[in-house]
Amino acid sequence: MLVEKKITKPAPLAGGEARKAFRWLAVLAAFRAWLFLAILLAAFELWARVAYGGTFVFNPLNVKSIALFTVTPLLLALGQTFVIISGGIDLSVGFTMGLSAVVTAHVYNWAAQSGNSGLSLVVAVAAGLGIAVVPGLINGLLIADLRVPPFIGTLGMYGVARGVAFLLAKGTTVPVQGGLMGAIGNGETLGFPNLVLLTIAIILVMHYLLSHTRYGQHIYAIGGNVNAALRAGINVRNATIALYILSALSAGCAGIFYTAKFSAGAAQAGEPVLLDSIAAVVIGGASLFGGSGTIIGTIIGALIVAVIQYGLVFVNVEPFWQFVAVGVVIIISVLVDQIQKGARK
Amino acid sequence: MNISNKDPLLDLEHISKRFGGLQALKDVALTLYPGEVLALAGDNGAGKSTLIKTISGVHKPDTGTIKYCGQVIHLETPHQARDAGIETIYQDLAIADNLDVGGNVFLGREIVKRICGLPFVDRRRMRQEALETLQDLDIHIHHPENPLRSLSGGQRQSVAIGRAIHWKARVLIMDEPTAALGVPEQRKVMEIIERLKKSGVGVIFISHNLNDIFQVSDRILVLRRGEKVGERLISETNHDEVVRMMVAG
Ligand SMILES: Nc1ncnc2c1ncn2[C@@H]1O[C@H](COP(=O)(O)OP(=O)(O)O)[C@@H](O)[C@H]1O
Ligand SMILES: [Mg+2]
Repeated sequence: MLVEKKITKPAPLAGGEARKAFRWLAVLAAFRAWLFLAILLAAFELWARVAYGGTFVFNPLNVKSIALFTVTPLLLALGQTFVIISGGIDLSVGFTMGLSAVVTAHVYNWAAQSGNSGLSLVVAVAAGLGIAVVPGLINGLLIADLRVPPFIGTLGMYGVARGVAFLLAKGTTVPVQGGLMGAIGNGETLGFPNLVLLTIAIILVMHYLLSHTRYGQHIYAIGGNVNAALRAGINVRNATIALYILSALSAGCAGIFYTAKFSAGAAQAGEPVLLDSIAAVVIGGASLFGGSGTIIGTIIGALIVAVIQYGLVFVNVEPFWQFVAVGVVIIISVLVDQIQKGARK
Repeated sequence: MNISNKDPLLDLEHISKRFGGLQALKDVALTLYPGEVLALAGDNGAGKSTLIKTISGVHKPDTGTIKYCGQVIHLETPHQARDAGIETIYQDLAIADNLDVGGNVFLGREIVKRICGLPFVDRRRMRQEALETLQDLDIHIHHPENPLRSLSGGQRQSVAIGRAIHWKARVLIMDEPTAALGVPEQRKVMEIIERLKKSGVGVIFISHNLNDIFQVSDRILVLRRGEKVGERLISETNHDEVVRMMVAG
């Protein structure tokens, strides 16, 4: 049934001055992620010059390390971007990643008994993605059909995926036998780490989906006004289920990459990364109220998180400060979003 | 005005609707001709919204028939009504204000172009076609590439109307379309209704503002406690008589 909404009188128009200031603020807010990244890089560069007489940004080793640092939180954040744009959230991605990492390792070991490591790799990757679909689908059904709030549904799945991942791993890490997995995970092609190249390919697919397909357009509409989407005949239920599967798949990729990189699967692989991934999305300009966000923004957001983390290690700060820094950045980003929203009203 | 020699777009007879113990509509009849604006008036709780919701597929009437273009129809959902060409403009429900004009007009029916075999949403073409429809209604959007949240309430409503017209709505229903708008915007909506009328669309609109009603309507139907207590051609009635019908029957 359609609900008749209370009608409010429009607010009086802001004066010219206030409007101009607001426009500047809006521009600033739109580019805040780029600006923040630039400032961070400049700060660490300055530190490097003053403290070591060296360079931070122009050192290829640093660039490569930051790129590799970015991969995992970014992969989780890519799917999360879709979910957050739709007005939801997926708290389960960290342990979906762990589950996927463990299953990939087990299946690779099992398949490797055949002696064909190429085939084992394919089977293991398929299994890693396949197992990720399970929590994603359940999340989707809970949220779309049973009307469980995303925060609660995916928090429950966080617990379930975590438990199952640890059970499958028997409480420890699962080392991968045989070298192909590790060789790909740590190898390079044309001087670029394979995992970074693969991540770029996934980025392209996700960007295409979000910004150029009807599905992406529908996700924005659902986040902007779900009633408008329903009225336009969009199948919001299926789109929502697909969202959480997509998010889980992108976490599954992160799990597979983890196993490839460390030649071992671990249930806790994604545990510390959940916060980073949500940080990347909101720093990148997505609103937790839904309706806005981009893949480009999320990439910048993930780079910011990685630069903070890597940079703090680089300048020899206690590593635990990373959590503080990322947490603070999340809160500030959400505040900026809140203020922007308020200013519009 | 010679609407009587055309076939009616809508013809409702003996419509009743009960909510539990409350008789919201009782044996109501309503006719709407193409190019006609019909105003629904009545006090709060008179049944105006319930009546239009039976036409837009939200409520199923308990008794009575709805004929649309001469055929009896049974609307199960608002979707069926819209697909048939009966569109309702709501204040808040129609627009995704994070999308632009094109995105809204084509929401759910996006235009796609192929690049190397891959489908890409064609934003430029959707915007262009949406603007053309809006221009026909004399609606002008200054920065059509911006999300609709930067537009005023009246402009957003115009986009919702434009969307309906773009998809060939033949009956347009508006429940208090001007209630949330400032005076200049109210006037604009009245102008749009005039244009719709000229293009042969049938418009039903609910309003509390008798000035608006007398300005654009051809006919007025007054409800009181779920019953039709009067129906007049606007040219043959006045404010006083309408108010009397609303309060006293
Ligand atoms: N979905 C509903 N369930 C129960 N009662 C309803 C419902 N919708 C409307 N009513 C009641 O029906 C009567 C007519 O309501 P409505 O059609 O909204 O009046 P109006 O739009 O003329 O103000 C009111 O008494 C209202 O409370
Ligand atoms: Mg009403």
